[in-house]
Amino acid sequence: MNGVEGFMYPNEIELQWSVLIVLYPFLTGLVAGAFILASLERVFQVQAVKPTYRLALLTALAFLLVAPLPLQLHLGHPERSYEMYLTPHKTSAMAMFGFVYLWYLMAVLVLEIWLDYRHDIVLQSQSTAGWKRWIYRLMTLGSSNISPRALEIDERVGWTVTLIGIPSAFLLHGYVGFIFGSVKANPWWSSPLMPVVFIFSAMVSGIAAVLLLYMLMTWSRKETIDMRCVDTVASYLFYIFIIDFSLEMLDLIHRIYEADESFRSLDFMVHTKLYMSHIVVQIVLGTVAPILLLALTQVLRLGESARKRIYVLAGCLTLIGIFAMRWNVVIGGQLFSKSFLGYTTYKMGLITREGLLVAMVLTVLPLAILWVLVKLLPPWPEKHSGALPDATPAD
Amino acid sequence: MSISRRHMLLLLPAAAVAWKHVLAGTPESAPNYTMSQHWWGMLIDLTKCIGCGNCVRGCQAENDVPDGYFRTWVERYHVTDYDIENPHVDSPDGGIKGFPPTKEAGGKNFFVPKLCNECADSPCTQVCPVGATFISPDGVVLIDKKYCLGCRYCVQACPYGCRFINPKSNTAEKCTLCYHRITKGLTTACCESCPTGARQLADLKNPNDPIHEFLKTHSVQVLKPYMATHAKVFYNGLDGSVR
Repeated sequence: MNGVEGFMYPNEIELQWSVLIVLYPFLTGLVAGAFILASLERVFQVQAVKPTYRLALLTALAFLLVAPLPLQLHLGHPERSYEMYLTPHKTSAMAMFGFVYLWYLMAVLVLEIWLDYRHDIVLQSQSTAGWKRWIYRLMTLGSSNISPRALEIDERVGWTVTLIGIPSAFLLHGYVGFIFGSVKANPWWSSPLMPVVFIFSAMVSGIAAVLLLYMLMTWSRKETIDMRCVDTVASYLFYIFIIDFSLEMLDLIHRIYEADESFRSLDFMVHTKLYMSHIVVQIVLGTVAPILLLALTQVLRLGESARKRIYVLAGCLTLIGIFAMRWNVVIGGQLFSKSFLGYTTYKMGLITREGLLVAMVLTVLPLAILWVLVKLLPPWPEKHSGALPDATPAD
Repeated sequence: MSISRRHMLLLLPAAAVAWKHVLAGTPESAPNYTMSQHWWGMLIDLTKCIGCGNCVRGCQAENDVPDGYFRTWVERYHVTDYDIENPHVDSPDGGIKGFPPTKEAGGKNFFVPKLCNECADSPCTQVCPVGATFISPDGVVLIDKKYCLGCRYCVQACPYGCRFINPKSNTAEKCTLCYHRITKGLTTACCESCPTGARQLADLKNPNDPIHEFLKTHSVQVLKPYMATHAKVFYNGLDGSVR
């Protein structure tokens, strides 16, 4: 059989979960990571990261809006997906997806963004004209009270929402890890460490994404990059990356030392079919290299431009590495037979429903949504278009 | 009589539900069959299997299984004297046309028919997000094709590789133990077509079923017992090398 080495059960030859399912944990990871970075400023009062606060929230929203699309495109019957809300199966880890997603989207992210931006939205609804005015008026949800008392309530409720949001972000991505980690039939996935590794890798990818986006957007606006901010964000990235890497190594060492019946099969796979994506891209280029680069900035007294370059390089490598990690989990977990006697090959289509082109569109789509969100809800004070008009407290 | 808008709003959803039932059709009736009186499984006597592939062909014909997918299949094992951890296994086209002569010299050769193990604690039903796959009260794992989302989580969760996605319906599919036959007092297509009686349908709730005598007098085993799925397909003469 083409692409098969050794013996596979005959129904195993075709892979069930494609590159779109690789994309799903990658996107939700960015959401969770970006939100946790935002919460640093709000809950833990880390003032240095304030310039990234709103951008992190908008990034999380843009990626969260796209996160269910790869799942919908993957389903054999997407028109039935609403059944997960109507008749969720209580014993299924996957059944909770809809609820966790909606909770995170509506009760945490949208609510926090709305509370944080409400003051700006109300002012915009009064100062703009035409269709923009209508959009902002709609976004006020009929609440135009921006008195100091009202804003104080916004602040307090927003703080509480962020506080609830932190465990929710952990839940969102830890839950994605549990979907894989709880499959006892698959030794590559089955591990209680899986949700924890997913959470930390999510934080790593989300922080790296916001760091890159902040630098890119500041550069494109011809503004000065706040080095205190990026240094702080990069140091968080460094420390969380070390925890993430340690967890992954713990998992690896445990597997090697225990060497159970699946080990020979998995070991063969890592040395052959997954060598490039696992050893080279994920571990060497995507983990060790960025950790070393970030370590340089912690140890050496480097100049501003050198640090900026290192952060951009480390951020890009991190995102590539985390994507490779998702790839190795999802695709790698399906390349070997559950008989441990053979291996199959993943053939990715180009312009099929679950092909490369769709995956690329879904990767770019959140950035397009983010662009719209940034235009609609600028995360920073608009210098050239004039400051926002002074607040006129309503009674 | 005029219907008010309020009544119309109440009637429309009810009519939609009723129409859904009409479209769903009437389930095939099986008179004189009481689910609670049965608990189905299967006995496979490996000492009798000759690898002819009749069971695979019978299943494909009975259940309209698409080409390249298998509700049941036969594996051929070749194990050398002591290396039971490294058997050589083949199953050309699921063994549907039988097997070519073996090229392996020495050691032992034997055939292992596989099918859904009708697990009492099945991982596949556990993970289904909408409960489209379920264990019937008579112990058969079934799939409601009109309800399945096609998410493929159940395919991943099955330790035995027994599930696949039917490319025509885009829903999960597996052996139903010929539920449409056994509820009418018939045996499964694979058991019916086996020329040596290596496959025997077993009703574990029926005290008169010969399975009970067989289980008492033979050393039987299930596949991957460490998976704790409480499989109900029992193998007689199962070699330790079988996965």
